[in-house]
This record gives sequence, C-alpha cells and structure tokens, in this order.
Amino acid sequence: MKFGIIVFPGSNCDIDFYHAFKDGFGEDVEYIWHDTESIDEFDCIILPGGFSYGDYLRCGAVAGFSKVMESVRKHAEAGKLLIGVCNGFQILTEMRLLPGALVRNQNLKFICNTVGIKVENNDSPFTNQCEKGQVLNIPIAHGEGNYVADEETLKQLKENGQILFTYAENPNGSLLDIAGICNKKRNVMGMMPHPERACDVLLGNEDGRFILQSIITHLKGEMQNE
Amino acid sequence: MNKPYEAVGLTAEEYAKVVEYLNREPNELELNMYGVMWSEHCSYKHSRSLFKHFPTTGKRVLQGPGENAGIVDIGDNLAIAMKIESHNHPSAIEPYQGAATGVGGIIRDIFAMGARPIALLNSLRFGDVENSERVKYLLEGVVEGIAGYGNCIGIPTVGGEVNFNNSYNGNPLVNAMCVGVIEHDKIHRGNASGVGNSIMYVGAATGRDGMGGASFASVELSDESEEKRSAVQVGDPFMEKLLMEACLELLQTGSVVGIQDLGAAGLTSACCETATRGEGGMEIDVLKVPRREKGMLPVEVMISESQERMLIIVEKGREDEVTKIVEKWGLHSVIIGKVTDNGRLIVKEGDVVVGDMPAHSLDSSGAPKYYKDYEVPQYYRDVKKFTSSDVEEPTDLNQTIMELLKSPNIASKEWVYKQYDHMVRTSTVVKPGSDAAVLKLRGTKKGIALTTDCNSRYCYLDPREGSKIAVAEAARNIVASGGKPIAVTDGLNFGNPEKPDRYWQFRESIVGIGEACRELDTPVISGNVSLYNETESQAIHPTPMIGMVGVLDNVENHCTMAFKSEGDVIILVGDTKDEIGGSEYLARIHNLEMGEVPHLNFALEKKVQNFVLESIEKGLLESAHDLSEGGLAIGLAESCMDHGVGATINLETKLRKDVALFSESQSRFIITVKASVLEEIEGNLLREKIPFTRLGEVAGKELKININSEEVINLSVNQMEDAWRGALECLIH
Repeated sequence: MKFGIIVFPGSNCDIDFYHAFKDGFGEDVEYIWHDTESIDEFDCIILPGGFSYGDYLRCGAVAGFSKVMESVRKHAEAGKLLIGVCNGFQILTEMRLLPGALVRNQNLKFICNTVGIKVENNDSPFTNQCEKGQVLNIPIAHGEGNYVADEETLKQLKENGQILFTYAENPNGSLLDIAGICNKKRNVMGMMPHPERACDVLLGNEDGRFILQSIITHLKGEMQNE
Repeated sequence: MNKPYEAVGLTAEEYAKVVEYLNREPNELELNMYGVMWSEHCSYKHSRSLFKHFPTTGKRVLQGPGENAGIVDIGDNLAIAMKIESHNHPSAIEPYQGAATGVGGIIRDIFAMGARPIALLNSLRFGDVENSERVKYLLEGVVEGIAGYGNCIGIPTVGGEVNFNNSYNGNPLVNAMCVGVIEHDKIHRGNASGVGNSIMYVGAATGRDGMGGASFASVELSDESEEKRSAVQVGDPFMEKLLMEACLELLQTGSVVGIQDLGAAGLTSACCETATRGEGGMEIDVLKVPRREKGMLPVEVMISESQERMLIIVEKGREDEVTKIVEKWGLHSVIIGKVTDNGRLIVKEGDVVVGDMPAHSLDSSGAPKYYKDYEVPQYYRDVKKFTSSDVEEPTDLNQTIMELLKSPNIASKEWVYKQYDHMVRTSTVVKPGSDAAVLKLRGTKKGIALTTDCNSRYCYLDPREGSKIAVAEAARNIVASGGKPIAVTDGLNFGNPEKPDRYWQFRESIVGIGEACRELDTPVISGNVSLYNETESQAIHPTPMIGMVGVLDNVENHCTMAFKSEGDVIILVGDTKDEIGGSEYLARIHNLEMGEVPHLNFALEKKVQNFVLESIEKGLLESAHDLSEGGLAIGLAESCMDHGVGATINLETKLRKDVALFSESQSRFIITVKASVLEEIEGNLLREKIPFTRLGEVAGKELKININSEEVINLSVNQMEDAWRGALECLIH
C-alpha cells in the first residue's frame, strides 16, 4: 500500500499528511513533485492543503493545469483513491472531479479552529471506521471553504449519499452544512477540515485517525480481494 | 528643505562626515545610499551606544546580535534562530501591506541563517478601539495582513499579544517575530568573502515600491505621512514561499558563501553589510538587476525595498548549481557582481561607475553614533503620587470582575488568533491563548516554548522597572508552560530619541532589560529598534517587546493554565502586596494611569520560577498560570474558563478586598495539584522559603471567592466566559 502526496510549489500541508501516515500509522508514503509524469505505483493520491500556486486567481484554479494532474485524473478515472483536503478539495472542484465550488467564508475572514463534523455516511472508503452520526473534532483553516452548488447538484449529492461530513455548527456558510463530499463512484473525496492535523496524541486530538484508518482499512481490504 | 542632504534625512554634520569618507562631495546616488543607511532604522545611531547594557553572550549563544538573526543552542546539535522586527510606520499608513511585509521580512531573516522557519508570533498595540473607527480599521487590516502572509506561506502564527492604550491612537505598533530551527553545522551568515566570488540576486524583480522606507520609518508620523504611501512595500507570500524553499535547498549544496535578505534599504544595505562582514569589497552592476518597471534610475534600484529578494554570495564556478535549484522553484537568479578586496562598494551602470564608497562607511560601523542628552521627565515624579486609599473600593466586586473580563486588554484574543493558521506543520502542542505557545520539534523529544510580552503602562510609569517586569513576565510565561527560558529577542519601540525625555525612557528601559536578562540568564541574541513612534508630539508609551524562547527537554511534560478536574488543590505561589499602581484595575475601573509599578525582587523571582519549572518537570502540577494584568481574580477566572470548571477560594488577608483581588504583585503563579502530592509540594515551598497560600480547590461551575469568610465573588464560569470570549469581536462589529 503506497500513499503519494502531490507537492505544488505553494503546498504547505504536505509534510503534515506525510507524517500523519508515516509516524501515525507506519505507512509507506512519498512526496510527488508537481511535474512528475507517472504515478502508477501509488494506491492513494493526496492533494494537500496550502496555496498551490499562490491562489491569487481562484483557489486551486491553476493547480489543475500542472503536469502531474493529467496522471491524477487518470488515476481517479481508473477507480483508485484520490483525496483532496482544503486546497486539495478546491482543486478537485476546479478540475470538476467533484461537483460544486468553494467560495469565501460567509464572514469574509480566514478561520482557524477545531470544529465538530458529523459523519453522514459511513459506507465509503473514507469513513468505514466511523459510526454514522459520530461527531469528529477536526481542525479547519481556510478563507474559502464555503461550499456552494446548484439545487440539482445538492439534491443528487443527498440522494447518492455523497455527503460524507457536515458541520455540527456551520462556520463558513456552506450549503447543507457540507464539510466533505465524495464522487458517485466513491473513490474521490474532498473535505475542508484537516484530518491530518488530528492524528497525534501530543497535539491533543486524535479524531482524524478515524478517517485515515478508514482509508487504510479500505485499501487493505482491496488488496486481500485481489 | 532646500539642502540636498536634508531631503535624504541627514544633518549638516552627517553630510560633512560623508564628504570626509569620500574625500569629495557625494553624487545623488551616493547621498541617497548614505541617507537610508544612516537612518535610525538601519544604523541605530541613537541606540547603539546603549546596547552595551545587554548581555549578549552565554554558553548557549551561537550567534548574538549583528546578523540576520540570533541563534541559541538547545542541545543535540539543534539550535533555535529568532528575531523580532517592527513594521510600525508602514502599518499606520497601509495596515494590510504594512503588517504583511513585516511578517515577510522577519521570515527572510530566519531562513537567511539557514534555519527552517517553524513559528511566527506578533506583538500589536493599538489605540482606543472602543471609540475610534480608525483604530478598528487599523486592527482589522493589520490582523488580516499578518494572516494573509503567514497562512499562505504555511508557517503557524502560534502566539503573541494585542494591547490597547490611547498612547497608540496615531501610531500603532506591529512587531513580528519569527523562530526557526537549525542544526549547528548548517548555520549560514551574511558574509561576502572570497575575492572573485559571485554576487547573485534571487527572487522577485525590483520595482519602485518601498522607496526610502527606512528613512520614512525614522521620522515622526504626520499628516504628510499619508503621501508617503509609496514608501510602503507590497507583499507576495507565494513568492516568499518559493524563495524560502529555494534558499533552504541551495544552502544544502555547500556552494553558498554568504546569504542576506534584502530588507530595509534594499540592495544598499545587503551589499554594504555583507561586504563589511566579509572584510572585503564588492562591485555590482545595477543594469543586471531584474526590474519590474521601465526607466528606473540607479538610485531607485539601490534603495528600493521591493519584497521577496535575497542576495547570495556564491563560490566562483558553482553558480550553475544555484541557478538549477532556483529554477526548480520557478524563480530566476542573476549574477549582479563580484566580491573584491579593496574594501569599496562600487556601483556600476554597465561600464560606468556611478557610485564608489568605502563599504564599511555606509554600514552601522561607519555611521555616526550619538550619545544623547536625557532628562527625567516631570510626569515620572507626578505619577508616583498615589496610594490605593486614593480610590474607593467598588461596592460590587462581581461587577468589577465582569468589567475587567470585557476590557479589550484582558478579553480573549480569539477573534485575532482564529484568523491565523496556528496549527499548520502539526507541531503546535499548546495553542494561542495560554501563557506561552509550545511546539514539538519533530524527530526529537524536545519542545520549545515561545512568548512575547510587555506591559507598556508599567514602562511608561517607570521605564526601568517596567522593562525588568517585561522580561520577568515573559520568563514566567515560558516557565508556566514547562519551558526553561534561554534567550530573548527585543523589539524596542519608543518615541523621538532627539527629545531628552523620550531618550531617558529609552535609556532607562535598555538598562532595565539588561539587568533582568543578566539576572534570569536569558541573553539578548537579536532585536530591533523603532524610534520616532509619535504623532503631533504625543509619544507612545515606551514599549520594549520581549520575545522569549524556552526549551523543554521532554515536550510531553508541558503544562497549561487551565484548571483540569474537580478536587484539584489551588495554590498561590508568591505573595500579594498592596500594589495596584499601574494595574489594569486602576486604569479600567478608576480611569487612572498612576502609581508605583509593582516591585520586582529577582532573588524571589528566580526561586519561584525554579520551583514551578521543577515541579512541572517532575509531573507534580495539573496547571500553572502566571499572574499578570487583573491580578489574582482574573488569573483564577482565566484558569476556570478554558475547561469550563469552577473554583472555590477562601482567602485570609489584611489587604483591602479590591487590592487582594486585583493587585499585580510580581513573582506569582497559581498552580493546581492533586491532593496526593499536596504534602510534597508544600514541603518544597517551605524548604525553599517561598511564600505561598493554599487558596481552595477546583469545584463546581462557579468561581466563588470568600475573603475573610465573607463571600465577595460568585460568578458562573459560563457567564464570565461569554463576556470574555465575545468582547473583542463585539467591539469591532
């Protein structure tokens, strides 16, 4: 099982994810520089948080055009796991790998805080170790995490069980309190909160481990089935 | 201003000194270069003579003042680089960019040493936030600017302080501090040595922004300051992120001889300072410098303060190694000159020499140095005429506590630090809001504790004693978190030093800091001076911000101020005296800035700090909190609010009730312990002859305080928390 973390020039949560998987779970994980071509060896690709290319245009708008992202798209289309957190989620919506968009927080301010998120669907590669309705305390740190989509998209998200996490108390104005969603095929997931920041007992919060453990458990199951 | 030297901020005597250095009249380029370099901001001409009062060496000090940043040893081949810097004047004119570029500048100072920046802190001072729309605008802009820069570059802003006082109405203070980690053998310096080595320019192109910023920072603010908006730079944190990663990577190659950030006075200071430290000379060609605007004159290129630029001195023949790494990060590098051995800084435009000066004459070693006259101001004597019996005791002390909790100085600063990403890099063990931030150092058991501190009201009432207290309180913050204080970086913010009373404040403060740092064994390893912080003849309160680092050998032993569980015994370590002079209580409730500041006894201070630190290291304490603004009552309230637990306190005292509750006597902590270790703790306190009082225990959901068996305080923790947590946001919106 191998995790790959895409590093754009302005990524800054890449090391956090790296250490969460490596130190927190002893998993095999590598950084992937944004001009890499082949990512075939990886089972799960992470688009970490940060400001990929400065985000002066729209958050995540430029990253989709990086060289590595063609391979990332193919990776997702082949049904392999792809996760975007924070800026990574923004990139996934910009690339239309996930529906909707992330706009400025309702209060127009950057918000860094630990918030409760409710697990809406535990039947996914990203939530299988959680209870449905369980509230996880996970840090958020974003200026543009306000999830928006048209009525039809929201309806489909609901009907297909694509809404994985909702905020217990909505911090940013997201429609339907959405904190994280997946695609219909359930192999691409985007969320604004940072589970990788909540995996170390010394930092006083290990709730993020439920999510990382879910991913690991899913991949292990897949490998056994092969 | 009809004399050309006056236009660049030099006096007739200083101009004569320039002529003496050159043996001729300077041309316009040279005159401007001297003007910016000999500004207070770059040359410290009014302050250098006083720095001898600071202890700057010690067994842990690997790099003292004089470099981009100071470095202190924390064991196991690891060291901490740190520095604080002011961006007061730019922030007064253009708060967002002023604050943002202040953060950018201090980060460059840290990675210029080869250190990986791991934390940011800031110390902010504003005027009357309750009544001034301008002050609210400045506060919002500054906080957003700091957030915008730090969040993007991915360095957590883990601590700091925000305070309000009318003396900052026209002149806010914005001091940013950066902390980095480095291995001993990886330290780099701003040194241009080795004749023939190449001078390379890396980073953003040079524009006309920030022209003469150093000189602008070295005069008082006035109505005309608004017109100097072009002296404020514009920041690009993404560019800085690229520059930081590129520099840290290329420092690993061994091809870099020296590296220097282009900060105040831009290329001028970077060239003359690195040349002076390298004991050689330098020749550069301004035509080679990348520009973002057409038609720039050599003088504009030389003094521009465009951001996100570095000067790198590279071993001859290895320039390609640098270029390759720099290009990987999408940046450009250009060779703009070479190191020479003639001791001169020669500026060329193509083949034409347009400036030729002895390099050291521009640098602070060649700049004038002033010993100013000082006089004790009358106010200093007047404010001492105060005793606590001059004010009436409030009838409802519950209401007094609620008032103080809502005071902008005591209220939660959550509205501020929630805008800062304080968790990125997943190393923040104790987040903003406790006494000091604690960070773990990945791959080791160690941690560091960080704080900034200064009670400027004390420093106004008594600059020497107030400054000692600033150092002692910073150390108490570190100790309460479980860290051993090891070094200081100071941001000295004062008024116009050419006025004898202001200079007296400045001098007294430096002497006080020096004494305290010697006593507490925390040498000053770096710092910044910002003078001329005044408007229309009103000076700011003297504000020597103390940035301090402490080390935890085992970060798992860190401590916080929050009361943990019911039944824990609460002990006051130290003694409460009749000392409400200069207190937040006196200012807020009685509207008086008067009195003797609390007395600081270093012998007791050291004993108390050692006791608390050792007790934390042994794992005996459940919580520890240093008492400061608002005294015992506010300290107890703060410890209750974090985990939403109450406390029942029984106090026997001869002091008046308000004095007992709100006196700001020094060298005090409140600690909580399990009943099982109470005997051990009290035994240690008795043996060390440290005064202490068993106050009561953690219990219920209310803070109840009985004084001499009379209930004087009974407040629900929820009610206190609502007032305290929401007060600042409520004021702004």
